[in-house]
Amino acid sequence: MDLTHTADEDAFRAEARAWLRAHVPHPPPPSLETAEGFAAHRAWEAELHSGRWSVVAWPEQYGGRGADVFHWLVFEEEYYAAGAPGRVSQNGIGLLAPTLFDHGTQEQRARILPPMASGEVVWAQAWSEPEAGSDLASLRSRGVRTAGGWLLSGQKTWSSRAAFADRAFGLFRTAPDEDRPHRGLTYLMFDLKAPGVTVRPIRRLDGKPAFAELFLDEVFVPDEDVIGEPGQGWRIAMSTTGNERGLMLRSPGRYLAAARRLVGLWRATADPSDTALRDRVADAVIGARAYQLFTCAGASRVAAGSAIGAESSLNKVFWSEYDIALHETALDLLGAEGEPADGRDGWSEGYVFSLAGPIYAGTNEIQRDIIAERLLGLPKGRR
Amino acid sequence: MRFLPTDEQRAFTRSLHTMLRAARPPAAARAWAAGDPAPGRAAWTGLAEAGVFALAVPENHGGLGPLPAELALAFVELGRHAVPGPVVETVAVAALLTALGDPAPAERLLPGIAAGEVMATLRLPGTGPYALDADAATSVLVVDAAPAVPGPGSPGDGGSGSGSGSGSGSDVKGHADASEGAHGGDHARDRNGTGTGTGKGTGDASRPGPKAARPPTLRIAPGHGPVRASADPVRRLSVPQGGGEVLAAGPGVAAAAATAVDWARLATAAQALGTGLALLDRTVEHVGRRAQFGVPIGSFQAVKHRLADTLIALEFARPLVLGAAVSMTRTDIAAAKVAAGEAAYGAARAALQLHGAIGYTEELDLALWLRKARPLRDAWGTPAQCRAAVLRP
Ligand SMILES: Cc1cc2nc3c(=O)[nH]c(=O)nc-3n(C[C@H](O)[C@H](O)[C@H](O)COP(=O)(O)OP(=O)(O)OC[C@H]3O[C@@H](n4cnc5c(N)ncnc54)[C@H](O)[C@@H]3O)c2cc1C
Repeated sequence: MDLTHTADEDAFRAEARAWLRAHVPHPPPPSLETAEGFAAHRAWEAELHSGRWSVVAWPEQYGGRGADVFHWLVFEEEYYAAGAPGRVSQNGIGLLAPTLFDHGTQEQRARILPPMASGEVVWAQAWSEPEAGSDLASLRSRGVRTAGGWLLSGQKTWSSRAAFADRAFGLFRTAPDEDRPHRGLTYLMFDLKAPGVTVRPIRRLDGKPAFAELFLDEVFVPDEDVIGEPGQGWRIAMSTTGNERGLMLRSPGRYLAAARRLVGLWRATADPSDTALRDRVADAVIGARAYQLFTCAGASRVAAGSAIGAESSLNKVFWSEYDIALHETALDLLGAEGEPADGRDGWSEGYVFSLAGPIYAGTNEIQRDIIAERLLGLPKGRR
Repeated sequence: MRFLPTDEQRAFTRSLHTMLRAARPPAAARAWAAGDPAPGRAAWTGLAEAGVFALAVPENHGGLGPLPAELALAFVELGRHAVPGPVVETVAVAALLTALGDPAPAERLLPGIAAGEVMATLRLPGTGPYALDADAATSVLVVDAAPAVPGPGSPGDGGSGSGSGSGSGSDVKGHADASEGAHGGDHARDRNGTGTGTGKGTGDASRPGPKAARPPTLRIAPGHGPVRASADPVRRLSVPQGGGEVLAAGPGVAAAAATAVDWARLATAAQALGTGLALLDRTVEHVGRRAQFGVPIGSFQAVKHRLADTLIALEFARPLVLGAAVSMTRTDIAAAKVAAGEAAYGAARAALQLHGAIGYTEELDLALWLRKARPLRDAWGTPAQCRAAVLRP
């Protein structure tokens, strides 16, 4: 059992730190959930890419550094410690790219990954539908076979940043007569500016137009934009939600940096006799360390050749609840200064965003079902 | 980085698990609670033969250690199997004597600890008046933050020599944070002063305040007061008598006591983690078997989600415990103690609730783990004390 970094990891850390110090914009760009912020964040992706820092874990041929998971963890620590901007390409990098690595063709990887790495093409996730949220497999948007491809019709919703993004990936029903809902689904990619696509932005709880509804009316998708075999979409989609994503969706570096900022705020502002508040600050430190060490153990297992699987559900519930508690504590420390939406150090903004954590990426109720049934082996109930 | 138990470590915990299952610790724990330590002593010998206590003892004193990572893994198993006795305290004594670096007391007790012949218990300032299982222990060690009025010849046999509970109890209370003193400098000294002022003051009124800075002492208590049942009857509490032979005195004792607290916290955290894991295992088994409304109660979502939350808490406490054993920093150890203590206590609450009335009986072995979770959460550092330690710069 060992927690030391290799000399190479230390050198990598030093290199990342130096580059970030020279390049991270101050003050930070406007929120990436707005039109102007989106453009600024796209430019930041290009800058990251020019230093080959946008996708460190990818192979070099696609713009990465071939970094292993430990190097990736080091990079993420440095990234958040430097106060660098949020990642506008994260749904592409975190969700579509792993799917292409596992299930895509060589041609798809060569065509799609480099512009994703540079921010030239930003991707949106189009999975959810008005009638298909937690019960994603009940989705109804369909793909109908046509010469050389598919015609997509139906409605998708809650697609993050689709109002500004270039392309989207999602699941479509291509064989409507299968006996089980998750059969007959196909994983496809489409252009958000293609004829037949209507994008309607939806304002979120934070007032930002960062979600969108997508209306699709016979949108043509060529065969080269089908991922894997038609009809295999469910298996392909699920293999990447329970895999790298569990480890990589939220890196420990993010919470280590946030906990450090919280302690700083507490030392600067708190009444030392308020031990109730002190205990919550301590819990933020403890939680960030727990998440870091949990991830180190998971990374060590991945490096030793095992898959993560249903364990990623432990992760999801933990970080999403942790994030809310951390921000609540910050707001309590700030008092009246915590109320303005553009309040100090982004705590208020971060708080409102944290509230969505237990909902997206599979609600925490669904995660707890997965934990109970797959990790504890409890009997399946009605769902 | 390879933050996983090695094959060797895995084999060690597996063999410990097999050995403990055969030793039937629940029966030993019940006998222990009834005042019959013989089966518990037999289990102790088995643990010593497996090398568990030697992990806390340096090689030059007959041990294999110090090997905190292996020790933490072993203590998870001790918790899982509800092993009775002052296991944590014996490890803490080993750490204290090792840190003290004084060859005479070290050579006197450490080889015996490694061999399983010494079953030690310990009371430090700031952790309450009681020592655990002093009636069964072969050596009862006490650190006094500042000795009572020194008598001629022996600095240890002063005012609290009656051995009555209240005398030494208030002595400890008066210095409620002496062990933290070694951690936290003037912070603790302030609270120390307050403690003296508001303490019960039995026989303490004329004593000089802590600012008089008398050196702390380590002594072997000559005996102990009456045994009081803890809420966990397997944990037998008594107040060590005053007086007895002084093994060491001076500021080194305070530093060594702080190290002993670290080891005690780590071992308790690991034991708590094992306790929580055992509670979860047993409860999962129960809810899969017990049927109501025609289906296993484990198919109800309220039941599932409670157990999922229990698993999350335990699975995030585990890397903290093992990480603390690797880093051995005071902050990591305190963090592990909070997380494992709270996770195990949460597991106990869930286990009781989901067993229903059968869980609220002494007959079911479940009670052995249920009743241990709360004291382990608080032993050697309450959650509040440990949270404060996490933030201490
Ligand atoms: C900020 C944010 C960003 C998002 N981004 C995207 C995106 O980019 N692309 C995309 O496709 N989607 C996105 N989503 C949508 C997200 O994936 C869905 O919100 C999520 O899957 C839940 O679906 P739902 O909202 O329809 O809720 P519902 O499924 O209707 O659930 C409502 C409540 O009922 C509970 N519930 C449902 N079924 C069960 C059950 N069997 N047992 C117990 N409780 C149950 C849920 O847990 C939840 O609490 C985003 C959502 C948010 C909030």
